[in-house]
Amino acid sequence: MIALGGLLVEPVLQYGFMRAGLLAAVVVGLTCAVLSCLLVVRGQALLGDAISHAVLLGVVVGYLVGGELGVLGGALVVAVLTGAAIAYVTEHAPFRADTSMGVLFTVTFALGLAIMSVAQPRGIDLMHVLFGNVLGVSSADLWLTAVSGGLVLLVVLVGFRAFSLWSFDPVLARAMGMRTRAVEYLFTAMLSAAIVAALQTVGLILVVAMLVVPGATAAMLTSRLSSMMAVAGVVGLVSGVTGLYGSFHLDVASGPAIVLVAGACFLLAFLLAPRGVIGGVLRARARSRSTTADTGPSASAREEV
Amino acid sequence: MRSRRAEATPAPDGAGVRLDVAGLHAGYRDRVALEGVDLRVAAGERVGVIGPNGAGKSTLLKCVVGLVRPTRGVVQVEGQPAARRRGRVAYLPQRAQIDWDHPAQVRDVVAMGRYPHRGPVGRLRREDHEAIADALERVDLAGLARVRIAELSGGQQQRTFLARALAQQASVLLLDEPYAGLDAATARVIDRELATVALAGAAVVVVNHDLAGLHRRYDRLAVLSRRLIAAGPPGEVLRGDVLDDAYGRGAVVLAGPDAVPDPRDARSGDPQGPP
Repeated sequence: MIALGGLLVEPVLQYGFMRAGLLAAVVVGLTCAVLSCLLVVRGQALLGDAISHAVLLGVVVGYLVGGELGVLGGALVVAVLTGAAIAYVTEHAPFRADTSMGVLFTVTFALGLAIMSVAQPRGIDLMHVLFGNVLGVSSADLWLTAVSGGLVLLVVLVGFRAFSLWSFDPVLARAMGMRTRAVEYLFTAMLSAAIVAALQTVGLILVVAMLVVPGATAAMLTSRLSSMMAVAGVVGLVSGVTGLYGSFHLDVASGPAIVLVAGACFLLAFLLAPRGVIGGVLRARARSRSTTADTGPSASAREEV
Repeated sequence: MRSRRAEATPAPDGAGVRLDVAGLHAGYRDRVALEGVDLRVAAGERVGVIGPNGAGKSTLLKCVVGLVRPTRGVVQVEGQPAARRRGRVAYLPQRAQIDWDHPAQVRDVVAMGRYPHRGPVGRLRREDHEAIADALERVDLAGLARVRIAELSGGQQQRTFLARALAQQASVLLLDEPYAGLDAATARVIDRELATVALAGAAVVVVNHDLAGLHRRYDRLAVLSRRLIAAGPPGEVLRGDVLDDAYGRGAVVLAGPDAVPDPRDARSGDPQGPP
């Protein structure tokens, strides 16, 4: 007990950066996890990857214009503009959205890097932006994380039924009068806010993992979007906190540590889920043992009531 | 003999009209899909839309729900521009660009029918839950409310969507080929429920690709081939010359009251029997 206290409590009491880092990890874990569910069910797991690249440009320009407070605004504006540009290019070019995404986000990323190399803003360390630096979370960063993350969670919570309909059947959503284009922009903005929130803890590169892995893990364990978000949230939370402690005690960089814990959760779910590997093997064995033809897991559901 | 002029105005005298399509033109980038289509559907009426492939049947429905923007013409729902009455129209798309692995249970999908009533924000209320339960009951899915949609059979999936449309309690129902590839039991549930909502005062428009069961299912038919070729009661419209106009000469051979025997009508083959 004392040893555990020493491992978990002491760092938080002793080091201010651990307090800040822990709070940031919690917010980031929750926020990214909830969005990852929407990305996974919409089949857009790599959209997070794309937007995180655009966010670099937003961060650089926002910082140059407004200092630390300009970062979130810059990221939001650039992400939404890039999203609009993608929609426009896709509409007017003979290929699908993934191609225009591939073009626009990488070019945006390059522009961000170029501006950064010219202006060399003193407050931004490229390595920290890319890979996170939880040791350097300042109180301004913490505010930024809390505000961006909190906003995202609030919007998802309040508009849950809208997101649920939009992610399942966007055609019907439109037919019912939902302005799906506007929802898409809102979603892009939320993604970029979550990425900004995650800048310090996991960084631009690895935030992509937090925008996929919790949702993918929860997808194997749940059968409704609401419970999927709850489970993903737990996965994100556990990854954030455990990863941060692991980082502190084992001297691993915080971003990789957090993502590795999330990856371990995924592996566990993949093996142990009812529809996962081990469940599948057990089912196959049960089937071959039983003599009746139709005892599959869904047989009962297929029967007329 | 009724005039074959393309004017689908039966009796309705303005007041009872739920859906009013006037002079509708629509097209896609490289082709014209609809040319000057008029269609009025009164409360309590069931209208079947028939016509060959590419006749614009689905486009007609999409114009009504705002998925395709007409190039000319007016669509009114309950006497108002359709854009202001979106939630009053229930739409069952052709099955469908849905990802059946989506994490949703049957009750979740049906609950989406309540979106127009409740809007994007806020929780469902008791009347919503009642409408959802009632809709599930009517399509015989109450026992499967908590089943994940990936586990459903094709017929059950279609009934789930029908339940969603019923839960919406709309005044206009548009269904795009709801009978395609379904078992007899599900087809009968659809028939029964469409008759019920029509009786309760809704206007029902169904795109029917095949020419089976038309007499039984619809009060009126609209024969579409980019233009409205003919409209009227099935007995008046299902004539050789009309169908030649729509489908091309000799493409359809009429035999008896229904153009084609309906395999789904073979009720003796169904152990459960009609409800």
